[in-house]
Amino acid sequence: MTDDVALLLRRAGFGPTAAELTAARQTGYAGTLAGLLDPPGPDVGAGRAPVPDLGPDPYAAEPNPSAARRAAADRQRARQTELISRWWLDRMTVANQQALEKLHFFWHGHWATSIDKVKSPQLMLRQHLTMRTARDIRDMAHRMIVDPALVYWLDGQLNTRAAPNENLGRELLELFLLGIGRYGEADVKQAGRALTGWQLDRRNERLVFRRELHDGGVKTILGATGRFDASSLVTLVLDQPGCPGFIASRMWFRYASSAQPLPAGVRDAMVAAFPSPTAMLRAMLASPAFAATRGTMAKQPVEWLVGAMRQLGLRPSAMPPETFTSVLQHMAGLGQRPFRPPSVGGWTSGAAWLTSAAAQLRLAVAGKLAGLVETRGLTPEQVAGLLCVDGWSDRTLAVLRTASNPRLMLALGLVSPEYVVT
Amino acid sequence: MDLTTRRRFLIASGVAGAGALAMGAGALGLAELLQTADRPGPEPAGDRASTLVLVTLYGGNDGLNTVIPYADPAYHSARPELAYAPETVLRLDDALGLNPKLRGFKRLWDDRRLAVVLGVGYPRPDRSHFRSMDIWQTAAPAAPATTGWVGRWLDGTGAGVEAAVSFEPVLPPLLVGRHRIGACVSYTGLALPSWIDPAVVTALGRPSPGDTEMQARAAVAYADLLRMGEVVAGPDPAPAIGADMPMSTATGTGGDNALGAQLSLVARCVEAGVPTRVYSVSLGGFDTHADELDGQEMLLGELDGALTAFADRMAKTEAGRRVAVVVYSEFGRRVRANASDGTDHGTAGPVFVLGHHVAGGFYGEQPSLTDLDDGDLKATTDFRDVVATALSSVLDADPSRYIDDHRATLMPFLPYP
Repeated sequence: MTDDVALLLRRAGFGPTAAELTAARQTGYAGTLAGLLDPPGPDVGAGRAPVPDLGPDPYAAEPNPSAARRAAADRQRARQTELISRWWLDRMTVANQQALEKLHFFWHGHWATSIDKVKSPQLMLRQHLTMRTARDIRDMAHRMIVDPALVYWLDGQLNTRAAPNENLGRELLELFLLGIGRYGEADVKQAGRALTGWQLDRRNERLVFRRELHDGGVKTILGATGRFDASSLVTLVLDQPGCPGFIASRMWFRYASSAQPLPAGVRDAMVAAFPSPTAMLRAMLASPAFAATRGTMAKQPVEWLVGAMRQLGLRPSAMPPETFTSVLQHMAGLGQRPFRPPSVGGWTSGAAWLTSAAAQLRLAVAGKLAGLVETRGLTPEQVAGLLCVDGWSDRTLAVLRTASNPRLMLALGLVSPEYVVT
Repeated sequence: MDLTTRRRFLIASGVAGAGALAMGAGALGLAELLQTADRPGPEPAGDRASTLVLVTLYGGNDGLNTVIPYADPAYHSARPELAYAPETVLRLDDALGLNPKLRGFKRLWDDRRLAVVLGVGYPRPDRSHFRSMDIWQTAAPAAPATTGWVGRWLDGTGAGVEAAVSFEPVLPPLLVGRHRIGACVSYTGLALPSWIDPAVVTALGRPSPGDTEMQARAAVAYADLLRMGEVVAGPDPAPAIGADMPMSTATGTGGDNALGAQLSLVARCVEAGVPTRVYSVSLGGFDTHADELDGQEMLLGELDGALTAFADRMAKTEAGRRVAVVVYSEFGRRVRANASDGTDHGTAGPVFVLGHHVAGGFYGEQPSLTDLDDGDLKATTDFRDVVATALSSVLDADPSRYIDDHRATLMPFLPYP
């Protein structure tokens, strides 16, 4: 049977608990949507997952250590990286304000920056908190263009008046704010000039503006002429008529359909709500076109994992450390480890999450999760209720009935096509 | 481009909106693919190449440090920190030499099994990774197209889904046609956890009448997983794919990092007699804006090792000798190095063609390093001529049916005997 409120909760957050779904059904669709996007007060649940204090980056104190000290520094960074990964997954799991938490994950995939190259957990955490505290999309863009991790990821710190490096300027136009086809090659080169002069100061873990490396000359970008710098460039791009619609299309791609284009009517409503990301989401999630996408989205691995942990009453910080480390390694195999998107284009989508390799890894993770659950006898119907799926196919029902114990039944439910796809 | 990004390609190019995806992108499992080996396919006439392996290098490979104009002073002056000294390159003639990491390629060259097409590009180059790769895969530089050139060939020949196979995590737009679509077969399915009975996985892998398209795809993955376990446990196991890829100096722009594993699956399928005519595999990480030498050398070393092992293995069987491999990237890089010991996105680059039936040697013309287009090489060969030659010489197809708005000049690197 169709159950639009369940779809709303599954897509807007990481995966509702049975109690949340019951409450939402009583509240109704409109009230649930309003509560998701404009929740009252601080997030009490998220308060149980405070931001970790990482301490310093070992390379900040000693940028060029000896070989022996380098090994120790790398180990420390690896521990810090796991710490922030565990913290974020933990926060996703215990946060009550699920839609806001999910939105942060969306932005991480949008401004996709990977610790593989940035290397500093401190800078990755800083970027994360920058996105979390941005007032709206305009504020976020202005802060991201001088974010140390993003600038380093896209070689901006090497972009100088004498030798412009256009990586950051190109992706700003193509992937972050405007979309392909709305700018030309000359705009890319000139945007690169506007972004010159920002250098990463590893020792102090910040970006510094070095005027002597900045190209202060006149540039013509997107038809406008002036002495553009990072800030005025971002303002110029944000003011382009194509910018709000581009952001809207990226939201639709992640929340509604990675196969069907954003319908014009929904786009217009979202554009009118720019630059508030929650208002844009509200316009999208309230549209009938959104409800019509039921059953078309493969869950991203993080959605799948966090939703499962919420429904099973688990959280990363309460798991045996070696279990969580193993889960995190499996997430890497599935192609979605937080702070490590595979490319500047962000995470993959759709059937790409459903390869045979992913099937094997999901089985392994589902087994680990179910193994942590204390439970007595369950029926397939009870598992459906616990996991908030709309119902089982005959195939999956038959599979669940073969389960000799409740943990096995839970694990099979977690890997079922009905659960993996929403 | 990742795995991630190939899918984004589909969206950017509008391919995903096409009806073909609704038919079930990649819904063919390896099990079904290997079963097709028993199916009689059309026997190509004569002793010549009839299977195409396309190797995509994602990120924009620096062609000038791959096929190196070592004797040209302009090469050394444009990129003093990045240029290879003449004595270090593997000389092909008095002007050009291979990157020192391409030792296996040099051996294939000496055996006359490697063709190097010089200066390959297209008019009005686009420097976006995503758009430029889209152009190569759709063979349509003028405007975004909804179909890939292999996809159009699938449409035109009415070939079965097994005719074109990708061993990448995501189906590339290359294999998407209007009515037909190639198969995407994943290569990393391995052992099942001990707690689950394979029969249960088999049951999970069955489609159910109420499934949506995406749910059916999720189910098929379990059927694939079982078959994959059998295949990779064969005498030539695929190399293990580590969860942690090697550190890279390049910004990720997609492509796969397990070329050897993909090629060993291609080899198994070829040797098993699967009637697949086009295989697509990839290697990513070529976006070397900074500290290029180490990063590119690591990747070229991987390319060299994986491809020469594949070529040697293919030389041992009749089916293998019918294989021709084409290696390309979405663009080359700027002639002049940037200040970061790297290079920014550029234009034309070399294409490699290798195989038993390949007529080795140079084709086309090396672009000038002094007559530049705003700091970039001017392409001397249109990539659609390479595509057309592959269509004609390997797939027995009329290129004009599958490439619009381009009068192709066929190149003689894959001659009929």
